[in-house]
Amino acid sequence: MPDIKVTPLGAGQDVGRSCLLLTMGGKNIMLDCGMHMGYNDERRFPDFSYINPDGPITSYIDCVIISHFHLDHCGALPYMSEMVGYNGPIYMTHPTKAIAPILLEDMRKVSVERKGEQNFFTSQMIKDCMKKVIAVTLHQSVMVDNDLEIKAYYAGHVLGAGMFWVRVGNQSIVYTGDYNMTPDRHLGAAWIDKCRPDLLISESTYATTIRDSKRCRERDFLKKVHECVDRGGKVLIPVFALGRAQELCILLETYWERMNLKAPVYFALGLTDKANNYYKMFITWTNQKIRKTFVQRNMFDFKHIKPFDRQFIDNPGPMVVFATPGMLHAGLSLQIFKKWAPCENNMVIMPGFCVQGTVGNQILNGAKKIEFENRQIIEVKMSVEYMSFSAHADAKGIMQLIQYCEPTNVMLVHGEAEKMEFLKEKIKEEFNINCFNPANGETCVINTPVKIPLDVSLSLLKAEAKKFNMLPPNPERRRVLHGVLVMKDNTHCLMDVEDACKEVGINRHIIRFTSTVYLNDSGPPLSTAKKLHQLLEEKLSQWSVTISDVEVSVESVIVKVEGDENEQKSIFVSWTNQDEDLGSYILELLSSMAK
Amino acid sequence: MKLYCLSNDPNKPCHILTFNEITMMLDCGLSMQSVLNFLPLPFVATNRLLNLPTWMPNDVVDADLEGELKENCDRVFVDSPLEFCPPLDKLINFAQVDVILISNYLCMMALPFITEGTGFQGRVYATEPTLQIGRLLLEELVIYIEQCPKAGFATQWKNFVHKLPYPINEAFKPKSWKQIYNMANVNASLSRIQMVGYNEKIDVYGALQVVPASSGFCLGSSNWIITTDYEKIVYLSGSSTLTTHPRPMDHNSLKNADVLIMTDLTQTPISNPDSMLGVLCVVVGMTLRGGGNVLIPCYPTGVVYDLFECLSLKMADLGVANCPMFFVSPVADMSLAYSNILAEWLSSVKQNKVYIPDEPFPHGMLVKSNKLKHFKHIYSDGFSTDFQEPCVVFCGHPSLRFGDAVQFVEMWGNNPRNCIVFTEPDFDYIEALAPYQPLQMKVAHCAIDTSLNFTQANKLIKELKPTTLVVPECYTKPPAGAPNLTELVIDSTPERTVIPYKWGEVINLPLKRKQGKVYIENDVAKQVHPVEIKPGTFLSTITGNFNVKDNIYNVKELKPTSDIGPRNINYEWGSINLSELMAKLSKEGINDAKLDNTANGYVIHLQEKDALIHLDEKNTHVLCNSDENLRSRLRTILMQCLKKF
Ligand SMILES: [Zn+2]
Repeated sequence: MPDIKVTPLGAGQDVGRSCLLLTMGGKNIMLDCGMHMGYNDERRFPDFSYINPDGPITSYIDCVIISHFHLDHCGALPYMSEMVGYNGPIYMTHPTKAIAPILLEDMRKVSVERKGEQNFFTSQMIKDCMKKVIAVTLHQSVMVDNDLEIKAYYAGHVLGAGMFWVRVGNQSIVYTGDYNMTPDRHLGAAWIDKCRPDLLISESTYATTIRDSKRCRERDFLKKVHECVDRGGKVLIPVFALGRAQELCILLETYWERMNLKAPVYFALGLTDKANNYYKMFITWTNQKIRKTFVQRNMFDFKHIKPFDRQFIDNPGPMVVFATPGMLHAGLSLQIFKKWAPCENNMVIMPGFCVQGTVGNQILNGAKKIEFENRQIIEVKMSVEYMSFSAHADAKGIMQLIQYCEPTNVMLVHGEAEKMEFLKEKIKEEFNINCFNPANGETCVINTPVKIPLDVSLSLLKAEAKKFNMLPPNPERRRVLHGVLVMKDNTHCLMDVEDACKEVGINRHIIRFTSTVYLNDSGPPLSTAKKLHQLLEEKLSQWSVTISDVEVSVESVIVKVEGDENEQKSIFVSWTNQDEDLGSYILELLSSMAK
Repeated sequence: MKLYCLSNDPNKPCHILTFNEITMMLDCGLSMQSVLNFLPLPFVATNRLLNLPTWMPNDVVDADLEGELKENCDRVFVDSPLEFCPPLDKLINFAQVDVILISNYLCMMALPFITEGTGFQGRVYATEPTLQIGRLLLEELVIYIEQCPKAGFATQWKNFVHKLPYPINEAFKPKSWKQIYNMANVNASLSRIQMVGYNEKIDVYGALQVVPASSGFCLGSSNWIITTDYEKIVYLSGSSTLTTHPRPMDHNSLKNADVLIMTDLTQTPISNPDSMLGVLCVVVGMTLRGGGNVLIPCYPTGVVYDLFECLSLKMADLGVANCPMFFVSPVADMSLAYSNILAEWLSSVKQNKVYIPDEPFPHGMLVKSNKLKHFKHIYSDGFSTDFQEPCVVFCGHPSLRFGDAVQFVEMWGNNPRNCIVFTEPDFDYIEALAPYQPLQMKVAHCAIDTSLNFTQANKLIKELKPTTLVVPECYTKPPAGAPNLTELVIDSTPERTVIPYKWGEVINLPLKRKQGKVYIENDVAKQVHPVEIKPGTFLSTITGNFNVKDNIYNVKELKPTSDIGPRNINYEWGSINLSELMAKLSKEGINDAKLDNTANGYVIHLQEKDALIHLDEKNTHVLCNSDENLRSRLRTILMQCLKKF
């Protein structure tokens, strides 16, 4: 099967709800299983009825791969495995396996207990789902079955984020999930080797951004926070508990220390302590600097950052609060936002991307009034700042990754349609390769060259090499492999014709032709032979023409000069049937000279 | 394929394997048995050691030798900076080594000797724990040696080895011994290591693939699978089938090798690690209850993690929980910290703890509750104030020739209530204690070696089914000290060839590659037209444009060119039926063909055209002057009379 088929169930020309179906060499693989944070109805999960309209999908899917713990990549996993029905293997890295269930439970609580949503998965379902997870280590080659192999690469982005290489037979793809190509305060940069996949499926959240230097953005962030607390304002930073939060905490912690600031900094309790523990134990997944110093100083023990209590919301005076979730769609961060939004001294800093339908998305689009389900209307007078700290690859990073792994095709997902178009053209132009960006539900078919592995006798390879190396170097010359494929007893092997005949027990029958041309050329036969050698070398530049005494040979063709000093020479041209082209060509050449 | 053996100690292995034009070093262990011949290096010089009498061979008068040898309790020791026995460097130039594979952190102590100052330019592969923990061991060794500098380098004694008493007269190749490397060498050497994960496929210059597989022996320990498309060689070093803290051994990937090289089996073949651990707990409990201290000379990693866990529980049971455990090593803090961040390399029980999230080992908790206290040295800040007796002290070095253990033996040696417990299997405990005799303290020998014993190894070999088995010679015969224990050998069976090797040998391993692999593209595959020669046997010629990149052979379609070039061709086979040929000739209007017999066949003379066709079983030769028309008609007829593929 020379095709690779990819159908996005989510994240096709869209951000959020990442879920792709990959079909390759007869295997079906689900890449990520995310939810959309902006919806409260059935649109929040991918449409699994696409796979099987009548229920369970175990028999349709060979394995599921989860790239990292963000809910837009794993949020629908318990729904898919426990409610739709899937009992096959689910692969993810160790940190993802550790952290994902916590975020899933956190989200479940917000959705069911606070928003009263129905038809949601239960805590037990999360546990049952996680039992199906097989944790993988970076670069480990995992054989899902005899034909399907997967391998994880470091993706940066968040703790434990992986890019996955998937191979079936000779076909392979790389799925990036979310990644970033520049190291940040706690994570390293994504890395991949020259694995030359047939298809690279890359996220493109920041498809058109070439982000300004990270240091500038950090300075900008600190300046804004500092100015706000100086004027007595309150700063709300909605974050996800793991990932960006740790990086910003390190940033504020060192700044507070250096500037000797007194305004309190809080981190909304819940996941914090645990989160930092995960960072401690999976320190091998963080960047070089943190790994080197972790024995002396744990970067995740903060001196200035204290746990937050709900009662502090109404405290007078300046403060900085990190609260979850990051897109202001529910929970504590939304609660604090409602309280603080009407005061113009306050500030909210959105450190990451917000999907459509969330409050975060609305205020970033400049909304000055937000209406909530219960008709409550909140006026937004506080200043709203967007700081892109999200560790996604920008256009430059995406191009860099393409350069690293040298794919033959690229597919862009997890981005906005118009931005993708821009990048798509750029990729086609720069790398001269195909680039696709299918919409949700749209199947993209990628043709791949088929390569069939064949056993070959070493003596055949050696004979070819010997022959090739004997010829004078000529970059024009093509190397040619010729042999006979012997197929018997379910084995096959390419070998030299003589060996092949011996192997199957038959005798070759060699047909040889000898024709004679009479040529007028005075002088000894040797000089005629030399002339003929020169002529043939000229005419047959791709071939090796040799001379020995009065015999000139090319392959099996022998040209022999006979006669004495007299003018007329008999030229015998002889060749086997296999060299009919060459033999008859030479014969014709000599005949035309004789005329 | 050749195997060179560069180490005299099967438990500190070092081999060279040459295969498919790649020169590969398998492990680079450093034998430290040499240090037992030297006097201990105390941090604070003791009068006892300073005042040991000088020893001279009876009939020798040599001023240079004077003072190099000291005597204690009928044993002779060299009074000099310590020396080690690095891998043999005479058989191979280390600059030619392309790749070094390291199985575990105990098999890499010679790495700086191999890679630094030798012109070595190859790659070194090891797992992350092997690198991180190996670094701790190398650093500890260098710090221990450098903290006790010793003037006066003894050299003359090496010329009189044959005149020295046992056991120093049996010292192995003392003239090749070297002083230890420095920290700069350690750092330079370790910076060459590329970290790899279990089951990661590593391409070696396109010629070979190597894959590390978990060996169950210690954190990050691995066996190596070396393959081409057609051959499989397995190198099995320190391995364990017991359940302790590391990831269990991966058997499956080791099966059906053409060659299995097996080394680093247990050093305590007759004792069982579990019962030894039991004895150790009892000894520690009794000593502490009797008011005595326990000294456990050890490496700063490995079984000590299990000992902390096990002893802390046992001490609570025995009511001595208030006695502290001290872990003294220049790398103690690093060792405790690293062991708790390598969850991916641990047994599933330990691994599952991080999902809670709890630390995989309890020693973090033991440190918090002050049950386990760690210090870099005994002279570190805080040690003397925290020090409290009775207690248990874990510290290096197990040879008792250097490290803080030297100080503890001197301090506690003359009190019979104290006890020294030997848990590391690398050194003979009687030899280790020899320079300290006479001693009053109790001595317990509880060597815990979790690596394969002979029963386990033989069972494993049966399961793995290698065609050829290669083992150190000493594994093919019973131990020298117990010739009647014939069960302590690797079984030889008719099913496989067993090849023994020993130090300094180069052996040929039977492996002859007959096949390679090419990849043909679809267009080439489409041109394959199999012809059934006999039932179930097919032949087809294949011709294609051949290109080679990174040792991968691709065959593409041969695009036709304007001038005369190579193209796919077919072959005729079988023999010509004469009457069929004659009939076809006449059908073509050639009626003057005259048939004659020759020595081995026939000749047909076409009289009008004066053309000849010579025929026999396997050949047909057409001679027809320059009549191309006739020739081409004859060619068509002949080809109709023959089968082809
Ligand atoms: Zn993400």
